[in-house]
Amino acid sequence: MTHNAITLEDVCVRYAQRDAIHDVSGIFAEGTLTAIAGPNGAGKSTLLKAMAGIVKPYRGRVTIDPCFTNSVAYLPQAASVRRDMPMPVLQAVCTGFWGVAGERGCIDAAMKAKAAMALADVGLEGYENRQLGELSGGEFQRVMFARLILQDARILLLDEPFASFDGATTAKLIQIILRWHKEGRTIICVLHDLLLIRKYFPESFVLAGKCMGRGHTHDMFEQKLLSYDLDMAELHTGIDNHRQLHHHDHL
Amino acid sequence: MTIFELFALPAHDDSVRRALAAALVLCLGSAPLGVLMNLRHLGLVGDALSHAILPGVAVAFMIFGASLWPMTAGALVAGVLIAGFAYMLTRITRLREDTSFTFLYLVALAFGVLVIHHSGGDEELVHMLFGDAFKLESASLMLAAGVSSLTVFCLCVFYRGLVIECFDPDFMQAAGRGRSLMGLLFFALMVINLVASFQILGTLLALGMMLLPAIGAQFWSARVDAAMGIAIVAAMVSAYAGILTAYSYQIPSGPAVVIYLGAFCVISVLIGPRGGLRNYLTVNCGGAK
Repeated sequence: MTHNAITLEDVCVRYAQRDAIHDVSGIFAEGTLTAIAGPNGAGKSTLLKAMAGIVKPYRGRVTIDPCFTNSVAYLPQAASVRRDMPMPVLQAVCTGFWGVAGERGCIDAAMKAKAAMALADVGLEGYENRQLGELSGGEFQRVMFARLILQDARILLLDEPFASFDGATTAKLIQIILRWHKEGRTIICVLHDLLLIRKYFPESFVLAGKCMGRGHTHDMFEQKLLSYDLDMAELHTGIDNHRQLHHHDHL
Repeated sequence: MTIFELFALPAHDDSVRRALAAALVLCLGSAPLGVLMNLRHLGLVGDALSHAILPGVAVAFMIFGASLWPMTAGALVAGVLIAGFAYMLTRITRLREDTSFTFLYLVALAFGVLVIHHSGGDEELVHMLFGDAFKLESASLMLAAGVSSLTVFCLCVFYRGLVIECFDPDFMQAAGRGRSLMGLLFFALMVINLVASFQILGTLLALGMMLLPAIGAQFWSARVDAAMGIAIVAAMVSAYAGILTAYSYQIPSGPAVVIYLGAFCVISVLIGPRGGLRNYLTVNCGGAK
């Protein structure tokens, strides 16, 4: 029997008196591969952070199935991490073992070999002893992805994982994500690239301040919620109307 | 005074011995904590916090006189209150964290100065602002030793978590283990260290012993643990030199220690191998030779 890995009930998150997302509900079943799409400012990253437990909703609830509570991994956008941390790459990747090693557990040779393999998977062989500060933006984001591999989580929340990658790297990482999908992990991925969504992500969740639609990616395109010529501008007008409505509620 | 006489000073005077013991023991906890603060860009918040404890100290002084425990309690309460207010202001208004801290600490500092001016005198004011290491009671020494032991213990036990929290705070939240505890622990350590060191350095300079060694140390090593070691040594040498200088020339101990720490930072910027002036010259002027 499949569980509902993540359940959202009327989730509202507010930054500085303005709703970033409003009354978002939905179920992410175990083993699904879902893309979260929507225009800029739609609250995609916020929704992901709410699912990861990084921001607290002021109303509503995010429920993670108890089987998975300690097995959630979150891939942030590079901007939110200290890129100039004085730390070698290998050490940064090994922070992915925090879930198993914790504070006292030893990082043994086998784990280090695993970390080196994860680095190779993302195309960073031989980078182990480089300092984080020396890496380019794309390389740093790949280090974060290698850490994600080591976390070996059942639920993966990825925020724009391909934003700073070229085609070859993206293809490589997509393969890893598809492998995870085959292994039955639950993957939720914020993406703006409709081509990638259409090709690789069976499920979509269209967000514009609130949930505009969710279900099979194919249906989302059928309903014109996702569309190559729409440019998502119409959805964006949707957000503004919604905000005005909400504003009137408070008056 | 000869160098030998300077080094022999502690042997003659009990107050110098106490001051040295307290300062050296505080370095053990404060300096590595400063390295983490520096990594988290908490310098300004720490600065604000160290000034914000003054009204607590001042009110305790007004009510109980110059005794250690009430003043320590007052400092703790003021520190936590100001941090709490700043946190709330950041959450519910448009002020950013550093701005709300700056706003609150300036007001708190002004309030504290007025209270001390009213109830004590200018001498007390100078002591509280700039520290007087030579008037330490045994109890202050115990406080410093206790705080330092606790800090070193926590840094050893929770080192990995604290470093990961510096690197990527969201990761800790999402990973589920140690959720937000590391942030809280770090903050608590910061406050008790500031409170313990205010007797020696005063509220205005209490942060010096934490941040300055860390600022200098980052020019010497690319590793967090090594930077902590360097910071501890630099802090201890500066504290030793500063306190002896302060005693011999009858100047306040806080500024004396901070001047030595500042000298360490200047030297580090000039000749430190990592990202200092030397680096800059090799990269930018190396080709012109």
